[in-house]
Amino acid sequence: MTLLRNILIRLLTTLVTLIGVAVIVFVVIRVVPGNPIAMMLPPGATEADIARLQTQYGFDKSIFEQFVIWLGGVMQGDFGTSISLRQPVAGLVLGRLPATLELSIFALSIAIVIGGTMALLGTRYRDTKTEGAVDISAGMALSIPDFLWGLVLILLFGVLWPVFHISGRISPALNIDFNTNFYFFEALVRLRFDVLADLIGHMFMPALALAIPLAAIIAQLLKQSLKETMHLDYVTLARTKGYGENHVITREALPNAILPTLTLVGVQFTFLIGGTVIIERLFSYEGLGNMAIDAVINRDLPLIQGIVILFALLFTIVNLVVDMLYVVLNPRLRHA
Amino acid sequence: MSGYLIIRNLTVRLRSGPVILRSVSLNVAAGQVHGLVGESGAGKSMIGKAVLGTLPRALQITGGEIWLDGVDLLSLSAAERRRRIGATAALIPQDPLTALNPSKRIGPQITRRLIDILGWTKQAAEARALELLDEVQIPNAARVMRSYPHELSGGMRQRILIASAFAAEPKLIIADEPTTALDVTVQKQILRLIAQMQARHGTALLFVTHDLGVVSKVCDTLSVLYAGKVVEEARMQRFFMRPIHSYSRALLSATPSYEDPLGSLTPVSDTVIEEVEAEVRWHDARAGT
Ligand SMILES: Nc1ncnc2c1ncn2[C@@H]1O[C@H](COP(=O)(O)OP(=O)(O)OP(=O)(O)O)[C@@H](O)[C@H]1O
Ligand SMILES: [Mg+2]
Repeated sequence: MTLLRNILIRLLTTLVTLIGVAVIVFVVIRVVPGNPIAMMLPPGATEADIARLQTQYGFDKSIFEQFVIWLGGVMQGDFGTSISLRQPVAGLVLGRLPATLELSIFALSIAIVIGGTMALLGTRYRDTKTEGAVDISAGMALSIPDFLWGLVLILLFGVLWPVFHISGRISPALNIDFNTNFYFFEALVRLRFDVLADLIGHMFMPALALAIPLAAIIAQLLKQSLKETMHLDYVTLARTKGYGENHVITREALPNAILPTLTLVGVQFTFLIGGTVIIERLFSYEGLGNMAIDAVINRDLPLIQGIVILFALLFTIVNLVVDMLYVVLNPRLRHA
Repeated sequence: MSGYLIIRNLTVRLRSGPVILRSVSLNVAAGQVHGLVGESGAGKSMIGKAVLGTLPRALQITGGEIWLDGVDLLSLSAAERRRRIGATAALIPQDPLTALNPSKRIGPQITRRLIDILGWTKQAAEARALELLDEVQIPNAARVMRSYPHELSGGMRQRILIASAFAAEPKLIIADEPTTALDVTVQKQILRLIAQMQARHGTALLFVTHDLGVVSKVCDTLSVLYAGKVVEEARMQRFFMRPIHSYSRALLSATPSYEDPLGSLTPVSDTVIEEVEAEVRWHDARAGT
């Protein structure tokens, strides 16, 4: 019963959040200066031309009216038409979503692997130089933001030692006839390893740039809670049973120490998704973020709205997944 | 050499210098119960931890021998020592609320070590766990095996930890104040249970407590620890009839007797404490610490 109530409350808050985001975006992008119609017309267009298009896109109505019309469309899955690309927003945005999702999840995986390994090593060799090295590299990783890491990586692996692609999502020479835009996932399912290699070659640097700060956060927090857990009685008891340090860390301490990290990773993952906007631009990666910047430059109001709503939806989904994982991993919450 | 656990001249220090255990020697004979008493901070728990290899990192053994089942643990490599301890000794911890892993079911917490360390089959280990849970009088053992620690009461958890300690038939069990974290009503039951289990399995038991009343009930021999030093080692009867050391005498007169619990209680006097402290200082000076 409480479970059902929790789910209902959750859905309701999600809905309210999304509407709130929609209202804010709607108002803000209409208040800032810049006329979207004037920007799409060639120089020398007459006032009459502009007025005609204003009416066509509904910009002559009040913000409130525009919002009601837009919301009505959204209810039916119609997010309007992009001004600069002249296509339905829904199709454009959903077409780009897989690229950004794959990049974010790839980056998250890298962050978990690197950060987790650092935390485990730092705990295994605590109070030694190894732990010091983990602390220092995590501190350094955090003092540089993701887009600067992107530049550093381009310099290293794009220019000095060019092993990875520095731009795009996939080599145009590769002729793929995939059914979805989830290239990575579909290549996995179809066992197209040539495509996988090419995708990774493109994704690696932007993903790593996004992953480095998150990896550092995971390393710091997870190591901290692992070290605290190592003093607890059940860990000591496991030692007296004859288990060695590695077993004690990974089997006894880790399942409990991971919980606070999980919560933080959820929050940080939404930041990481936000980070894709600049990183995708930097690496000319054809995802949502890159499209968002074009949309802002072009004052493409319907497209901006669509993208922001989708990002907001993504964030709430991430939070939901984290909460569910937390319950799955923590037996004490399972019967609540 | 008599005794299953023999500690000789064990000295433990903080890495920063101060001495925690001063040349401690004690014997736990096979199948016997040896009490270890002394006030809070005397170093009782550190003796148990030194034997089981779980001293805090800040502490370090700087001298002495710990013979367990005829082998000097301190002469073994760390990995060998761990395996040896895991196979021959077990711990009944003080606080049952923190001694079980909150994210694991009870069953595996009893059976895993039988499978991983001692090479039992899963079936054998599970049968053994059920048998022991019955032995410690846990109703519905099969269901308890599938429970998580937070679903069980403190008394139940301590029973489980006792069952787990006896599961591999260790020759030595160290119980570090196994009842102090429990309700007074449960304390007696747990104490009786430990005594029963010890007698039935013939395990040597090192029983750490600061309660002489408890010691008089369950122990065969005892050591009195004061400020990291054993001030008296005796058989029970002799100790209660003719305590030799002044601190022991003081401790005894500060303990209510069972016949007359509110009778002539005397707190340990300052002069006795000063006397013992002077003695400890003298010992330190002689040992050059
Ligand atoms: N991690 C540690 N770092 C520094 N000193 C410690 C540490 N653990 C214990 N000690 C010191 O070692 C001494 C002995 O502690 P121990 O826990 O063995 O006492 P105890 O006799 O078991 O007392 P209690 O009856 O309170 O359990 C104490 O003086 C304590 O301050
Ligand atoms: Mg203690």
